[in-house]
Amino acid sequence: MPESTFLDSTELVLNMGPQHPSTHGVLRVILKLDGEKILGADCVLGYLHRGVEKIGENRTYQQFTPYVDRMDYVAAVSNGLGYCLAVEKLLSVEAPPRAQVVRVIMTELNRIASHLVWLGTHALDIGAITPVFYCFREREAIMNIYEKYCGARLTTHAFRIGGLQYDLYDGFEDEVKAFCAIFKPKMDEYETLLTGNRMWQARLTNVGVLTGAECKEYGVTGPVLRAAGVKWDIRKALPYSGYEQYDFEIPTRENGDTYDRYIVRMQEMRQSVRIIEQAVARIPDGPIMAKVPKVIKPPVGEAYVSIEAPKGELGYFVVSDNSAQPYRVRVRPPSFVNLQALDRMVRGGLVADIVAVIGTFDIVLGEVDR
Amino acid sequence: MPDEPKPTAPVSKPAAPAAPKAPPTMATSPWEGELPSLLKGHFGDRISEFSTYVGQNFLVAKPEAVVPILEFLKLEADFDYLVDVTAVDYPKRADRFDLIYILYSFSRNERIRIKTRVAEGAKPHSAVGVHLTANWLEREVFDLFGIQFEGHPDLRRILMPDEWDGHPLRKDYSITRQDRQWVQENLQIESAQ
Repeated sequence: MPESTFLDSTELVLNMGPQHPSTHGVLRVILKLDGEKILGADCVLGYLHRGVEKIGENRTYQQFTPYVDRMDYVAAVSNGLGYCLAVEKLLSVEAPPRAQVVRVIMTELNRIASHLVWLGTHALDIGAITPVFYCFREREAIMNIYEKYCGARLTTHAFRIGGLQYDLYDGFEDEVKAFCAIFKPKMDEYETLLTGNRMWQARLTNVGVLTGAECKEYGVTGPVLRAAGVKWDIRKALPYSGYEQYDFEIPTRENGDTYDRYIVRMQEMRQSVRIIEQAVARIPDGPIMAKVPKVIKPPVGEAYVSIEAPKGELGYFVVSDNSAQPYRVRVRPPSFVNLQALDRMVRGGLVADIVAVIGTFDIVLGEVDR
Repeated sequence: MPDEPKPTAPVSKPAAPAAPKAPPTMATSPWEGELPSLLKGHFGDRISEFSTYVGQNFLVAKPEAVVPILEFLKLEADFDYLVDVTAVDYPKRADRFDLIYILYSFSRNERIRIKTRVAEGAKPHSAVGVHLTANWLEREVFDLFGIQFEGHPDLRRILMPDEWDGHPLRKDYSITRQDRQWVQENLQIESAQ
């Protein structure tokens, strides 16, 4: 791209958002442009800031559990799992085997649901209208399973500190198996629409490139990191909830562009189906709740526990002062940290590509702003 | 909407954290191994403690040593991923804040924490020169705790409005507090409560 043009090359400042459909919430980006070329992007955050961490200090450990669902509301189950694991770490208890397997099934279903929302909206942003209808059709089946299990569809509050509140309903296994059987051919359907599509490829290839070294420098995790060639997944590196017992791959790609991130997430959904199929075949009998006191007062101490959420590393740093309320709950949100690399990814690119780049991050503003 | 049934919970809290904090301490055990002895040899008494709690290793260092430690760990021990920077407020303590840096190494598959204590008004050095990801994380600590980082390239508030008065995650900032003037000027309502 030529550095100078014969037209007036004065810098143009363009405001995008906070009310903009392709920012997936209320993100405001201030773009500096030279013609169509982006010179820099500055994010303005906080429109959804509710002070979740402050609320956590003013609730008991159990009372705070439903609040965490409202951060990444597209993957509420993952949020709940991370928080429960962090408090369980402080209490030095572990959920019983049955609860752990159910947790794995629920979080992997949630990963698929979250990736389906990403796929549908990402494609919609770029101009492919059809996939969103298909994606939400399959997601509906997952939502129905959640609804039958715990009564809620989106912010499920599915897990409790120490295990589960509800045991599985009759026919749960069959429904999950049926979903897996239906979902695999549906994945092929999505791929027919997009993967080999020349317009899709042209729109995504070499857009928003982030290398593996840059990812580490910016603390970027999740599918974005894996698409840049770093084979790292917390489920494998630091397994929790018995993930070491399941046979699955970590999909990676080399180029770190938007197309590679698309491929990685598509393959992750297939891997999630693999995990669910293994888990649902071996749900053990037994209790669903560990021995946890009615009033949770962990000993004085602190712990950091993180899980592989659909967006990346979701961590909880909980400090206890031996009272019934956490002294401090820190949430390490993947969306917030990943979003920081936006400027790096769009700089030098075209203004039309910023929509693709925001979409490829798979951010949820409820989690960015907390 | 979930707040309504429990109006007493936020009111009863402010008294709670102050009382039990001083006597009970964390039941830690010493953290020994190659990495602590390497750090000890290099930084000496600038690191005061190597401990383990619930299987998680952390060290306590002097505030001015934190950035050199981060740099040393990145270059010499491959701790190339700064997971998080956060703070905890202990208003009764002389050095009021705990600053916490969580580090991870991809090649060693190991996670450690660096803790330091900073006083109100002290300006710890920014880690942006070592890890770019510290930029927004430190901005968030500044926004919510009011800790200023020396040498930060762009220390603005990030989650709260720029003109907001107060730093909400401090313990003396009540959960019901608000910047009334900001609310009235910007939202054209009497109160946000």
